[in-house]
Amino acid sequence: MMHETRGFRDRRPEAGEAPPALEVRGLTVEFPSRRGTLTAVEDVSLSIAPGEVLGVVGESGAGKSMTGLAVLGLLEPPGRIAAGEIRIGGRRVDDLPDREMERVRGREVGAIFQDPLTSLNPLFTAGAQLVETIRIHLGLDRRAARERAIALLREVGIPAPEERVDHHPHQFSGGMRQRVVIALALAAEPRLIIADEPTTALDVSIQAQITALLRRLCDEHGTGVMLVTHDMGVIAETADRVAVMYAGRVVEVGPVAEVLRAPRHPYTRGLMGSIPALRRRVPKLTQIDGSMPRLNAIPSGCSFNPRCPQAGPRCRRERPALAASGAGLAACWLEQGGVE
Amino acid sequence: MIAFLIKRIANAMLVMLAVAFFAFMIFRFVGDPVEMMLNEQATQAERADLRAKLGLEDGFLVQFGRFVTNAAQGDFGISYRNQQEVIGLIAERFPATFELVIVATIISLAVGIPLGVVTAIRRGAWYSEALQFLSIIGVSLPSFVVGIVLILVFSVTLGLFPAFGRGETVQIGWWSTGLLTELGRAAILLPAVSLSLFQITLVMRLVRAEMLEVLRADFIKFARARGVPARIVHFRHALRNCLMPVVTMTAMQIGNLIAFALITETVFQWPGMGLLFIQAVTFVDIPVMAAYLCIVSFIFVALNTMVDIAYAVIDPRLRGANG
Ligand SMILES: Nc1ncnc2c1ncn2[C@@H]1O[C@H](COP(=O)(O)OP(=O)(O)O)[C@@H](O)[C@H]1O
Ligand code: SF4
Ligand SMILES: [Mg+2]
Repeated sequence: MMHETRGFRDRRPEAGEAPPALEVRGLTVEFPSRRGTLTAVEDVSLSIAPGEVLGVVGESGAGKSMTGLAVLGLLEPPGRIAAGEIRIGGRRVDDLPDREMERVRGREVGAIFQDPLTSLNPLFTAGAQLVETIRIHLGLDRRAARERAIALLREVGIPAPEERVDHHPHQFSGGMRQRVVIALALAAEPRLIIADEPTTALDVSIQAQITALLRRLCDEHGTGVMLVTHDMGVIAETADRVAVMYAGRVVEVGPVAEVLRAPRHPYTRGLMGSIPALRRRVPKLTQIDGSMPRLNAIPSGCSFNPRCPQAGPRCRRERPALAASGAGLAACWLEQGGVE
Repeated sequence: MIAFLIKRIANAMLVMLAVAFFAFMIFRFVGDPVEMMLNEQATQAERADLRAKLGLEDGFLVQFGRFVTNAAQGDFGISYRNQQEVIGLIAERFPATFELVIVATIISLAVGIPLGVVTAIRRGAWYSEALQFLSIIGVSLPSFVVGIVLILVFSVTLGLFPAFGRGETVQIGWWSTGLLTELGRAAILLPAVSLSLFQITLVMRLVRAEMLEVLRADFIKFARARGVPARIVHFRHALRNCLMPVVTMTAMQIGNLIAFALITETVFQWPGMGLLFIQAVTFVDIPVMAAYLCIVSFIFVALNTMVDIAYAVIDPRLRGANG
């Protein structure tokens, strides 16, 4: 494992110095359909400071990707933002028309998706795709854009960038391709990067390198990162704060060290079973029985109650809201006066 | 790669042999060539003489072998009807058909590709649905009906374009072209449109299907996430990834178009190979029929083989395997 990242963690600017890279308030994402409306994300609020890495964890289907796509303005119809506000660098973007959102994507917010094999257009060289992005956002001429493309490739650790710039995606290995993708996401120096499981598709041996690279670049450029993963280990290595999502909602959020040491929400405790190093410390909850409810069958009360070992009558009646708990927030009756 | 080439070419030659065999069988089963070439007053001696000269006394395989050897050198014998070299007759008619097919292909690409893109990216819009519906009609309308309607509307009623013939042509070597004169271009328009209608719907549907597929690809989502404007995403990133199948289909369809041109040429009295063939059928001019069959099949098989080989050359995975 690489620990190169740890030292940079305290460098992020003080709160209040600049507007947050990302601020999400009460975001709700819906999929209207003939058989009723599915709510994939409900009342989610998040904020990411410049240079800060917010880890977002949760089982598959928790709404992590939909949250990221909503921020990027890339929800596929019929999916839509039904409520809430999204601000990038202080500027509201959820109500922008398509044309203006095109100028925000890439320039204000970059994205890194799961599969580097399929994120690049197979017919264009790495350089062509970089030059395209750079020219769209920074208006450089062809030569200057190419210079910048080569510099970016060098920055993301691609050897011999002067040659590699003219290579097609299939000439790069998986890890190198993901580096090209990172270079593309950073090409116009956005304030924010949405990284949706950026290492899941990669070989285990290079996952740590890629997350460390992402962490270092964002520290250097003061870029905020929303790092989506279902791997608590990656969070422990890379993030400053962590938000835990379950069935479309944020159920716990707080500083990584706090949440790892003393998780407040039973679901978070369950997830911790997935980090090998922490398994011994939480002997009882190494896995969570059952699976996340389907969107059309979310139980009343706390949506985690059928799987929660500590659930009480109140959990089936009323839904707990996020409230201060330790150094962060948690949505659990255990933290708010008991489950009876 | 070499093994693939040999296999593919051997395959093509086998198909051509089968076609040649079929063409050859027409000679054997449709009447006696001697009867057709001589008039009723010819003597027995004259008949025997001609039989020997045509090699009709030889064994079946010898005759077939001779037919194939001659055909491979472009010698399809003498037309029964006007006693000219068959290959000369065909060469005279080939440019007309070729120009018709090429213009029809260009029209089908120029119209079909944008329509395919529009119906894919504006899926659900009323005009996309309408185009989809029209394309179903386009596929099912018989081509002679289209031709007749075009003639009725644009020639008879509006008088904009000639209803038949090639207009004015210019001779360049053995090639006669109608594309260099105003009248020639006006004359080719209606038959080319009529021939391309079916092709337009094919191209449109293929482009639409491919676009819908490609638009779901991750690299499209990523291109949008990079802030690439929708127009560039659609036309540079998505469309280019669809063109390979379109080029393939277009090349393969040229053979079909030459075959379909038969009907169009008849409707518009277009002096191409198809019209020659129809005339040959009415006069039971077997050498011309056989030659038409062999040449059209050859174009078909040659195009298919070239497309297959081109595919193998272009496919990046194969390219990678070769270093
Ligand atoms: N097109 C769609 N129609 C209806 N529901 C969808 C659609 N796409 C995704 N969902 C639902 O949205 C929820 C959140 O998905 P997602 O954000 O991808 O989860 P994850 O946390 O694994 O990234 C899932 O329950 C999924 O079933
Ligand atoms: S509110 Fe109740 S059911 Fe929900 S997590 Fe807390 S204890 Fe479990
Ligand atoms: Mg996801």
